[in-house]
Amino acid sequence: MTVLATEPCRPHADEVVRLDAVTRHYTVGDEVVRALDGISFAMRKGSYWAIMGPSGSGKSTMLNILGCLDRPSSGAYWLNGENVAEMDDDELSDHRLRNLGFVFQSFHLIPQLTVCENIEVPLLYLGLSQAERTKKAELLAERVGMSHRLRHLPSELSGGQRQRVAVARALANDPAVLLADEPTGNLDSTTSVQIMGLFQELYEQGKTVILVTHESEIAAYAKSCIVLKDGRVQSLHGEGA
Amino acid sequence: MNQLQYFWPFIRLGLTDVWRHKTRSFLTMLGMVFGVGSVIAMLAVGEGASQQALESIKRLGSQNIMVMSVKPTSEEGGSTGAQRGSLAVYGLLYEDEERIKETVPGVVLTVPARMTRRNARLGERQLEMRVVETVPNWFDVVQRPVLAGRVLARHDLQMAANVCVLTEHGVRRLLAAEETLGQRIRISSGVFEVVGIVKNETGGTVRAPDSEADAYIPITTGTKLFGAANVRYSAGGMEGEKVELSEIIVKMTETDSVEPGSKAIEAVLARFHKKKDFKIDVPLTLLREAERTKRTYNIVLGAIAGISLLVGGIGIMNIMLASVTERTKEIGIRRAIGARRSRIVVQFLINTCVLSIGGGIVGLMLGVSIPLMITAFTGMPTVVQPYSLFLAFGISVAIGIIFGLYPAMRAASLDPIEALRHE
Repeated sequence: MTVLATEPCRPHADEVVRLDAVTRHYTVGDEVVRALDGISFAMRKGSYWAIMGPSGSGKSTMLNILGCLDRPSSGAYWLNGENVAEMDDDELSDHRLRNLGFVFQSFHLIPQLTVCENIEVPLLYLGLSQAERTKKAELLAERVGMSHRLRHLPSELSGGQRQRVAVARALANDPAVLLADEPTGNLDSTTSVQIMGLFQELYEQGKTVILVTHESEIAAYAKSCIVLKDGRVQSLHGEGA
Repeated sequence: MNQLQYFWPFIRLGLTDVWRHKTRSFLTMLGMVFGVGSVIAMLAVGEGASQQALESIKRLGSQNIMVMSVKPTSEEGGSTGAQRGSLAVYGLLYEDEERIKETVPGVVLTVPARMTRRNARLGERQLEMRVVETVPNWFDVVQRPVLAGRVLARHDLQMAANVCVLTEHGVRRLLAAEETLGQRIRISSGVFEVVGIVKNETGGTVRAPDSEADAYIPITTGTKLFGAANVRYSAGGMEGEKVELSEIIVKMTETDSVEPGSKAIEAVLARFHKKKDFKIDVPLTLLREAERTKRTYNIVLGAIAGISLLVGGIGIMNIMLASVTERTKEIGIRRAIGARRSRIVVQFLINTCVLSIGGGIVGLMLGVSIPLMITAFTGMPTVVQPYSLFLAFGISVAIGIIFGLYPAMRAASLDPIEALRHE
């Protein structure tokens, strides 16, 4: 286990994620809620993490900050060498587009779009031509074993298939970090095992994977683990730090 | 090209969205349909009317002033005209023509005409025609294409020849398929040889001097056969009226002298006519009036079109706001994937434009067919100009952008975290 720095400093070259004294406060009425209260850790490129904690521990806030959907109230968050805490909305969007891939509990595919079109969405925003988009989407679908369902709508797929498509979409921009929020929360145990197998494969191929979950058997797939409690890091162990 | 590749998926998304909510989309588009339809129809009707007016004016001659006899109103006259068994004498005289020619500056020529309705017959066939007793100069001031033969000539006038020139319309009804030129027709008590046929004037917004089945004869012949004045008795034979000249057409040297000329004529005639038994028409003034009418018409129709477009736009905005709420989650997903706010704005603007342009296209078809129907049912000429089609497209895009902006901004301003959580 690495000794954590408490003062902000630039991340090491092989650290893809680094948080320095990150806080996130909400004001509810007159009360200030400290969802995150001084969190610092670092994740190495190609590591496989689980973020755990009971509800109210700051897990969701952590996910939003890691996913560049939210900014810390104070502290620094370095993602792929850039400090996210100082970015405006457009820069955050661009950062998500280039460096992050999201996998959600309820899949979050766009219902009007086919499998292929769903996978193409990030490619569209990246400015690829139609031909390039289709080609890449087909490759990605093949990678998650969904190339036989390219023209189907999400409503015509099973939960496990939908999650595979969501993984393919999350990989489309070749992200520095793959962020999965309870990826098996809506799946039965057999399908869960398959999806976790997919993440294992991606990890073995060198992707940085972060799982956010409250299920310890899912967290067990990860190589490292952070447990949050009341907005603080309760424990941190593993090889990726 | 690259831009289109970016926009196309959103256009397709907009189209599928329209298709999924067919009824809703159709109802939303109606406002646009009527708005764009009325804009095109309005322009077509307006253009048709103004082209027709212009043409009529051109035919009447923009340098002409038309002085016409009118029966004075009885209060104004207070004369013998109202009494039983009397003869109302009014209208223009040969002297008036002389006076105009001599005193009004800038007059090129004057053309007297006397118009009566008489029966013309050829064998079995009969037709009531308007007989215009005039001079050859008539055809200089009221120009008509000659279809066959010739118009009246100076020697016809000098010799008081029994010749007539017919309008196409009269020819068709009276002579039918028979050999036309050289044919002899009987008009009242005289027999006339047809020497020429001129093209008919089609009805217009501006009164034309030869709008029907006309027969033109030399005024001298008319005087010889029917008398120097037009005397007409009513059915009972107790009341009558006598008019020497029905009309005097005055041609001025140039368009600019028409208005002062008409004032001068008015002044000259007023001195000798105690009763107001004449009226002066200036085609140029008629043109201005026609334009004023058209402008009023355009304002009214434009207001209707504007209100319709406004209502259509608000309808579209309303539906788009509903659509933003419905698609909150999609917005959240797109934002999470990395779409900037501006991309969301563009997506929803495209969606609104798909609706407004769709409505615009249907409106365009409506706008093209309404003028056709107007022409078919009322005979009013309409001209759909190509530019109005582009205008309709432009309006559709403008409405889409104006009324789509607010919903699009609303969509873009959603917090992605909240939007993702939305069910």
